[in-house]
Amino acid sequence: MFTIRVQQDDFDLSAEHALIRARHRDVGAITSFVGVVRDINEGSGVSEMSLEHYPGMTEAALTKIVDDAAKRWKVIDATVIHRVGTLQPSDPIVLVLVASRHRGHAFEACEYIMDFLKTRAPFWKKETTPDGSRWVDARTADDDAQQRWETK
Amino acid sequence: MLKVLYFASIREALGKDAEAVEVPTPATVGGLVELLRSRAGPYAEALASNRRWRVAVNQDMAGLSEPLKAGDEVAIFPPVTGG
Repeated sequence: MFTIRVQQDDFDLSAEHALIRARHRDVGAITSFVGVVRDINEGSGVSEMSLEHYPGMTEAALTKIVDDAAKRWKVIDATVIHRVGTLQPSDPIVLVLVASRHRGHAFEACEYIMDFLKTRAPFWKKETTPDGSRWVDARTADDDAQQRWETK
Repeated sequence: MLKVLYFASIREALGKDAEAVEVPTPATVGGLVELLRSRAGPYAEALASNRRWRVAVNQDMAGLSEPLKAGDEVAIFPPVTGG
């Protein structure tokens, strides 16, 4: 049973990491990814970001992405926490932890989960810039990153 | 009757986050979008065919040919930008 959470509050990387280690003795590698709010995007300064999501579908989409990763790699445990609401530059947005027996599976599964989260999980970012607020455009680079897993 | 939800820039363009929509049967996602586009006001612009938007039916991503039945929850939103 993997841990999937959508929350306004910050998360504690060390605490989530310790929880996974406490649950399993056969884990030899835990990869972690933390996404952070940048203060610049598309050439403009960003002073604030707000994240909207689709309650219900978000959790279902994240669960499916992690389950799919666990079918491809030997994932012993995984945690995905995504924040919503108003965030400031340098705030953490998303945490992905993947635990496996060896690092290869943990690295690849972590990257796979992030690539699909970027293109399949229903979150939308709106950023505040000196010219006002604007919805962030989806990046084709994210589609490309997700597509590469289809051919592997 | 369908429950139609809007998110992010599409929600703002339409000025609403949800509405009930009656569609003639048999209905599809494509048919629903056509019907909404034919309405007066901001719908045609928000759902223009050259604009990028996505649809989920009962919280699962769906294509234009996906069939719809009474009581379905249909969400229309721009491409996602989380992470």
